[in-house]
Amino acid sequence: MATAPSEGPGFFTSKLERVIGWARKYSIFQYPFVTACCGMEYMATAASHYDVDRFGAGLPRFSPRQADVLFVVGTISHKIAPVLYRVYEQMCEPKWVVAFGVCTCTGGFYDNYATVQGIDTIIPVDVYIPGCPPRPEAVLDGLMKLQAKIENQKQLL
Amino acid sequence: MEAATATRETRSMLVNIGPSHPAMHGVIRLVTELEGETVIRTEAEIGYLHRAFEKSCENSTWTQAIPYPDRLNYVSPLINNFGYCAAVEKLLGIETTERCKYIRVLMSEISRITDHLTCIGASAMEVGAMTAFLYFIKAREFLYEIVEEVTGARLTISYRRIGGVKADLPEGFAQKLETALLKVEKELYEVDKLLTRNRIFVDRMRDVGVLTREDALGYSITGPMARASGIDYDVRKAFPYFVYDRTEFDVPLGERGDNYDRYLVRMEEMRQSIRIIRQAMRDMPGGPINVDSSGKVVESFELVDQAKMGKTSGLVNIVTTVEPTLDGSQRPFHDRVMPDEKRVVLPPKEDTYGNIEGLMNHFKLIMDSHGIRPPKGDTYFAVEGANGELGFYIVSDGKDRPYRVRVRPPCFFAMAGLHKMLEGYMVPDIVPTFGSINMIAGELDR
Repeated sequence: MATAPSEGPGFFTSKLERVIGWARKYSIFQYPFVTACCGMEYMATAASHYDVDRFGAGLPRFSPRQADVLFVVGTISHKIAPVLYRVYEQMCEPKWVVAFGVCTCTGGFYDNYATVQGIDTIIPVDVYIPGCPPRPEAVLDGLMKLQAKIENQKQLL
Repeated sequence: MEAATATRETRSMLVNIGPSHPAMHGVIRLVTELEGETVIRTEAEIGYLHRAFEKSCENSTWTQAIPYPDRLNYVSPLINNFGYCAAVEKLLGIETTERCKYIRVLMSEISRITDHLTCIGASAMEVGAMTAFLYFIKAREFLYEIVEEVTGARLTISYRRIGGVKADLPEGFAQKLETALLKVEKELYEVDKLLTRNRIFVDRMRDVGVLTREDALGYSITGPMARASGIDYDVRKAFPYFVYDRTEFDVPLGERGDNYDRYLVRMEEMRQSIRIIRQAMRDMPGGPINVDSSGKVVESFELVDQAKMGKTSGLVNIVTTVEPTLDGSQRPFHDRVMPDEKRVVLPPKEDTYGNIEGLMNHFKLIMDSHGIRPPKGDTYFAVEGANGELGFYIVSDGKDRPYRVRVRPPCFFAMAGLHKMLEGYMVPDIVPTFGSINMIAGELDR
């Protein structure tokens, strides 16, 4: 028995969704919100030695309007937190967030009055990359996890 | 008629640059007042990366505080690390071993090169020279591999211990270091060819962001910035520490104090650093090695098992293989890089596992509210950080935790004098000037 169009995604839309997911995962335009030490490893990952361009994420955009993945790189203090939130709000859908480094995941060893204890208290996070700072290999692993997530999720058409 | 002759009122415009801006590496906000495209007034707002460094140090023991200075200037973590520990050593009155001093000089200079590579690479990228950035990050990667070889980590290393370093240099280090240095020299040569006489680069840098000698002195700016303005001050020469008085190197000086001079000073400092590294590697003494071991290699778990069964008499003289993270901490290497100071230095692993004195010594240093206890008093110790004089002022009240750890960050003073370098120039000049200052938010805000 054929499925009625109203009951679920038909053959055409589900195939289209997969094509879009495949395309989206290889055209990541990232916004590097670099604040601290992790920025050094971010630079190392982005430069030619580890070459993030192999994953289609080689073009950082410094305007939130042009970016679709927000890389939060480094400690977020309470003073910079509103700025981070505003940048996130300015990004267009669909958008993803990567917490780069342990400070952004949990606050790390800065368990004190000045530091936000994990950016997921402010904005939703898709991939966490722990490490202080994470090695470039770990960053690439996190990026591939993000790609898998982008490919398999329901695409906003 | 009247309207045409009346003078037109011009209004200045306020522009916020940062805290999230592509050219602001590190987080800082510049409130800039513009008239047309000329900057007439600028103010830096800092504090976006305040991570409570001082309070964190006060709440941890003297040893636990070691990772915090790493993250002050995260582009050259080894220098910060050494600065803190050397200050504590000064308070304790410990003299480190010769070999350890040479290792410190060596690692500090590697760190200085990585810092300058990042600074020049990033600021060249901001004026459009992407190639220079890629070349320099590649060169930095060679040095990171060397740092990882020695310390076990690429960036945040915590290599220094109070009284010494974590472990001795690994096997075959001299050869690997020389290979890396040759590669770095090649990159330096290439970027020198690309940038130094590049018309576009020189036009963007020459006579832009001038810091006069008087202003540099007035704002107590140190490091490459002050030297580019013609101030002959280098902590390594003025107050030699470690073995800098025994190494030969030149302190490059600029004349005009503009961005181009700062670039040239940094380039030359890297070459001098390579020179220092080669000297340190050549002059490094072997130091005492216990030769009384029987030569038999024992795994550390085996050592523990034997100790449990009471077979401890011969363990003191045995060379052990320990797990890779502790490589270089066995007795022969331990004695080379650590002074004979039981109140500060952890015993070699053979002693910890093998005899009761070693075990007690280990736990006396590790246990909460025991640990290292410097005498009451305060001290100031400065090292030449990559950006200038990096000083640690440490107060001890005789307890196992620091009473106060105050840092003199070189960037803080540069930020105070920032407006002298920006006012009167154009908006696009902010980017190369700010890049050549090498502001590091970690040490600026602490």
